[in-house]
Amino acid sequence: MSSLDDLYRRVIMDHYQRPRNKGELDNGDISIELNNPTCGDRISLQMNVEHGMIKDAKFLGEGCSISLASASMMTESVKGLTIDQSLHLVDLFSRMMQGEEIDTEEFPIEDIEALTGVAKFPARIKCATLAWKALEKGVKQ
Amino acid sequence: MNPWKKDFPILFQQVNEHPLVYLDSAATSQKPNRVIEQVAAYYQGYNSNVHRGVHTLGTKATDAYEGARDKVQRFIHAKKREEIIFTRGTTTSLNIVARSYALVNCKAGDEILLSPTEHHANLIPWQQVAKQTGAKLIYMPLESDSTILLEKVRPLITNKTKIVAIQHVSNVLGTINPVAELAKLVHEVGGIITVDGAQSVPHMKVDVQELDIDFLAFSGHKMMGPTGIGVLYGKEHLLNAMEPVEFGGEMIDHVDLENATWKELPWKFEGGTPIIAGAIGLGAAIDYLQEIGMDQVEAHDRKLTTYALSKLQEMDGIRIFGPLENRMGAVTFNLDNIHPHDVATVLDSQGIAVRAGHHCCQPLMRLLGETATARASFYLYNDEEDIDQLVKGLQKTKEYFGHVFLG
Ligand SMILES: Cc1ncc(COP(=O)(O)O)c(C=O)c1O
Repeated sequence: MSSLDDLYRRVIMDHYQRPRNKGELDNGDISIELNNPTCGDRISLQMNVEHGMIKDAKFLGEGCSISLASASMMTESVKGLTIDQSLHLVDLFSRMMQGEEIDTEEFPIEDIEALTGVAKFPARIKCATLAWKALEKGVKQ
Repeated sequence: MNPWKKDFPILFQQVNEHPLVYLDSAATSQKPNRVIEQVAAYYQGYNSNVHRGVHTLGTKATDAYEGARDKVQRFIHAKKREEIIFTRGTTTSLNIVARSYALVNCKAGDEILLSPTEHHANLIPWQQVAKQTGAKLIYMPLESDSTILLEKVRPLITNKTKIVAIQHVSNVLGTINPVAELAKLVHEVGGIITVDGAQSVPHMKVDVQELDIDFLAFSGHKMMGPTGIGVLYGKEHLLNAMEPVEFGGEMIDHVDLENATWKELPWKFEGGTPIIAGAIGLGAAIDYLQEIGMDQVEAHDRKLTTYALSKLQEMDGIRIFGPLENRMGAVTFNLDNIHPHDVATVLDSQGIAVRAGHHCCQPLMRLLGETATARASFYLYNDEEDIDQLVKGLQKTKEYFGHVFLG
């Protein structure tokens, strides 16, 4: 089950069981809901943006280990980034999911690297990208 | 080994280095050699358009296409071949009823009675009818095991009820709805019943005259036929009074610059070049099923469902949805603390194909209190061994997640 192990690394399980930034912001500037209509996963993401910089981000979600771990890592990554920087990460993440070799060190947290294994499971890529799609939609609002 | 499995070439392959165990027939069934060969024979030997021209291949294609209609008629015991309309599938068939019958016959204050377990294909068309006509959607109450009780539905059928729209067999729970009784009740108040047979027609004998239903929709791909072909059955007097939904070639009688008249049934509903290869494939699937006998097909599916329910019930940490008896075709469940996508991925790594998600039944998922479930569904080519593999796979899934969780 070695490719499975790649998919379900300890880090992913850790984020799934103890998601970071789970909850709602009292008065978020940006609030987005996104779902994956084919499987029912959903995320609601809230962010505070000041002077073009993401100050805070929180999410609530329903979904599998991959989608929730990815949301947890995404919120951790974007805090303190400018909108442009966050959009760059959205692009990087999507390329990573397409199996492209990318420099994971560009992400502010190293846990992201654990999600590279998802690229080998085409049916699960949508799970991993949901939170990043919500981020993209939110900052483009 | 199961005596029919050998007829399904796709089943003899390795997936992720394990023999394939296909438990997703409620999504789409596999096809026997017979169907694949007859579709190929059409393309290799007599591919032609139907109902036009006089050449030999065209006549052969027309005979085969119309012959498939006769097979469908006999299969569901329709009174006349004119009552069989070929469509793209269940979804298209139900939309034709909604648009061409319901939009015309429903008005504000009328009621459309549905079950909350409906597939989106038998829900959203009615929502649209309700929005456009002012008719009201009324939902049947569900028992704690997700079945409906006729006694509780009876009072909901009144002279306001214009349409009862219900699935014959649930694609999530495998429950069998009392369609004949509902037909009788709604006819007493002057309404009609339209039945989603997507999950019943493949698995059991469905006799539209015995059930006395007004419309029946089903899909070829769920009953061993090709994708892209389905059927709308309707009682002749209803279909005759309905306007076509699609206009163009093949469905017209006389055309001048301002006006046109329609062909008679069934062709007035089959605008454009029809799904010729699909109909031929569906006809071959019906031949295959009828040679085995629908009683035997049903008995086999029920036996497997009962076996699966008993085996899964023996497991710890599993929640099984729906009643524990009188169901067939599908078993839906969740493992505690493991999301069904994760279950399906670990099973897939062992070559076992199940479906995970909302199964196009979001309202039902909400009633069950789940966002998604895992579903194993069975057909003629499955056997007890497949279910034993599933149980083993689920045990491995639990061990695997126990292991990663605890590190
Ligand atoms: C009960 C039920 N109704 C309708 C459908 C829709 O069938 P199709 O997608 O072939 O139109 C399905 C299949 O998914 C089904 O299971």
